[in-house]
Amino acid sequence: MIYAKDINERTPWQDLTPGGEIYEPGTARDFDTGTWRTNTPIFHVEACKHCMLCVPFCPDSAIPVKDGKRLDFDYMHCKGCGICEDVCPFPAITMVTGGVAK
Amino acid sequence: MSKIYNLKREVEKPVRLTGGHRLCAGCGAGVVVSGVLRALDKEDRAVVVNATSCLEVSTFMYPYTAYMDSYIHSAFENSAATCSGVEAAYNALKRRGKVDGAVKFITFAGDGGTYDIGFQSLSGAMERGHDMVYVCYDNEAYMNTGIQRSSSTPRFAGTTTTPIGSVGQGKKQNKKDLTEILVAHNIPYVAQTAPIGNFKDLHTKAYNAIYTEGPCFLNVLSPCPRGWDYPMAKLAEITKLAVDTCVWPLFEVEEGVWHLSYTPKKKLPVEDFLRPQGRFRHMFQKGNEWMIKEAQQYVDQKWERLLEHTSA
Amino acid sequence: MSNRLSGNEAVAYAMKQMNPDVMGAFPITPSTEIPEYFAQYVADGEVNTEYVTVESEHSSMSVCIAAQAAGARTVSATSSCGLALMYELLYVAASCRLPITLACVNRALSGPININNDHSDSMGARDTGWVQIYAENNQEAYDNFLMAMPIGETPSVRLPVMTCMDGFITSHAVENIELLETDAVRKFIGEYNPENYLLKKENPLAVGPYDVSAYYMEHKVQEAEAMKAAKARILEVAAEFEKISGRSYGLFEEYRMEDAELALVLIGSSAGTAKAAVDKLREDGVKAGLVKIRVFRPFPGKELAQALANTRAVAVMDKSEGFSANGGPLFAETRSALYDLKERPYLIDIVYGLGGRDVKTEDIEKVFGRLADIAVTGEIGPVYTHMGQRSKEDIA
Ligand SMILES: Cc1ncc(C[n+]2csc(CCOP(=O)(O)OP(=O)(O)O)c2C)c(N)n1
Ligand code: SF4
Ligand code: SF4
Ligand code: SF4
Ligand SMILES: [Mg+2]
Repeated sequence: MIYAKDINERTPWQDLTPGGEIYEPGTARDFDTGTWRTNTPIFHVEACKHCMLCVPFCPDSAIPVKDGKRLDFDYMHCKGCGICEDVCPFPAITMVTGGVAK
Repeated sequence: MSKIYNLKREVEKPVRLTGGHRLCAGCGAGVVVSGVLRALDKEDRAVVVNATSCLEVSTFMYPYTAYMDSYIHSAFENSAATCSGVEAAYNALKRRGKVDGAVKFITFAGDGGTYDIGFQSLSGAMERGHDMVYVCYDNEAYMNTGIQRSSSTPRFAGTTTTPIGSVGQGKKQNKKDLTEILVAHNIPYVAQTAPIGNFKDLHTKAYNAIYTEGPCFLNVLSPCPRGWDYPMAKLAEITKLAVDTCVWPLFEVEEGVWHLSYTPKKKLPVEDFLRPQGRFRHMFQKGNEWMIKEAQQYVDQKWERLLEHTSA
Repeated sequence: MSNRLSGNEAVAYAMKQMNPDVMGAFPITPSTEIPEYFAQYVADGEVNTEYVTVESEHSSMSVCIAAQAAGARTVSATSSCGLALMYELLYVAASCRLPITLACVNRALSGPININNDHSDSMGARDTGWVQIYAENNQEAYDNFLMAMPIGETPSVRLPVMTCMDGFITSHAVENIELLETDAVRKFIGEYNPENYLLKKENPLAVGPYDVSAYYMEHKVQEAEAMKAAKARILEVAAEFEKISGRSYGLFEEYRMEDAELALVLIGSSAGTAKAAVDKLREDGVKAGLVKIRVFRPFPGKELAQALANTRAVAVMDKSEGFSANGGPLFAETRSALYDLKERPYLIDIVYGLGGRDVKTEDIEKVFGRLADIAVTGEIGPVYTHMGQRSKEDIA
């Protein structure tokens, strides 16, 4: 079986999967879209009520949840759209300029 | 899913559409697709089908699939037939003891792939009665090729093939009422929904569609910040305005019986939905008041008709 | 077992013996009978195939693609406009490396619409990445269809296979035919066990990516290599098939070619007529021969060049018009195959039989007459001509 991690733009044709098939789930997780950010959301855990309203609104599945707690952003995938900040009813998210979480 | 919707419980499920896809920042499609897939029971497997679209080129760019489930994309115009083929294979292999366990079949296609080029394929699959869900994420134009009009584009909207000029005033025709056309297929479940609030509406309808036997259809409004020309952070607001102006009413039709899912406390004027979007900017120029008036009349007329259906 | 069947019934019968998982079904003359016969097998419980009566050939191929990717064995049948409507999906099937089996009952393409035989439908699909195997008669139509799956499903190949027969001439004519026992067929084709498929429980499969230019070329090279590998596999399968049937097949059939000086190259049912003409000319002392192409994709270029190496003049007979203004598709392939020979025969192209236009033994004899003149004078005259049309000029 050929794995996605072994496929890159230098892989010879003999080592690519036939027809461009992929045999694993969610290989896109290895791709960094965090570099796209021009603005960055910052999570203020102390203000968060864990209402989860922001979670389903994230187009990039970049707001992890575990054991009933909303966790800090997945910055490798967050594109900085600001939707989460817009829907959060509490002062738990603020947007800062630039792509880096400060 | 237990009867009562619980957002906290639902968001705790492992995601089925992962990050790392290439949809634009703020794209409604990512929200809609992850929202629909969230309705799957955790233990159930699914095969996801895509029509060629923004969604497809962004979520399975070799070697990166954003789906946790099996996935197939074949072409732009055949996603319903494709889904029906997977379902047919499932039936055959199950009969022969080669697969076991429940598998759900879910197609996602854009409005172009649904209202226009994939319409025949969709109609055929629905008529044949495959056990599948077809989800149209409706962003009201061909976005992947650069915002061209589709039969889903609303009247007056500016697109790259209905540009605004000294004579041109955006799209000339009204939006095709696809949801109603699907109702006319007499399939077990048809619903119109959108990503709003705590996602109860979208989630429940997706659940109904997935767990109702037979062909089911969901039409989901899917704002596109690029094509609609609004600030990308405003997805929730734009969607809510579409619903509260009754531009995009929420309803479902179960075994031919219509239910209205939501009545705005105060039905907002259509211009509240139009104003924030660049594609309607020309409607607010002096002398174009008639456009807004006619747009309002159209929405009112459609809303009245829907009320007739749902109160019957 | 011996039987009398039409070409369509023979192929439908082959399908029944194979008992595929999924069939995509849509009517078009002259292939319509295949899904009809098969529907009766389904209705009578003789197969337990998922028989999907789609709303177009486009969906028929789409269903086959998806079902095959899901882990099922799939078949379909079509002709002419139906095949043309599948055009985009033919590429998808091949590039996704899905060994679908399709019976193409050759018919002219519109327009004007015409229901009779020529090869313009499958020739239009010749570069889609499908293996193409052509039959001369009912027996071959049956045999080729049985051999298609073991060829296409081979891991080094993994390509869809189109078996072609001439519309009406073969599809509707009833002939004596030898059928294999169903058990023998099942054993011959074996079980379909792809390594990965959409419905596999152990791991998911993602099919049909957006391929950026950093990968697309490599994937096309894979596909091209698979088509090359198909050639040897076709011969292997033919050898296995001979063991159970006693009938032997190659990439093409050479008829009285051993010492032939004048030869024809053609495809399909016209070979019967051409063989009769060759026999007649041989009686008159003319060293005539025939090469009947069976496998058009992969094209047996090297082998064909060998077969024609010692001839003096050859006429390629194209049953489709490619509108290249430079000859038909079989001519282009043949001429290119001959290029590597040190000494090449004279070569002409004759486009014939379009839309069901009849070809008779006398017509073929005339072609040989022209070849004889060319061989003597070395004057080819017009390289690419049509035959059988009414014309103010009298040409062969
Ligand atoms: C047969 C065919 N025609 C045209 C295209 C080009 N094309 C690809 S995606 C697309 C538009 C998709 O629009 P829609 O279905 O609304 O999805 P969106 O990109 O807007 O999300 C077009 C025109 C194609 N891929 N195939
Ligand atoms: S919406 Fe705000 S308060 Fe609610 S979970 Fe998200 S960050 Fe916390
Ligand atoms: S900014 Fe956008 S992408 Fe980032 S976490 Fe918030 S909603 Fe998700
Ligand atoms: S163009 Fe619109 S629909 Fe397409 S990815 Fe961007 S935001 Fe999404
Ligand atoms: Mg669209």
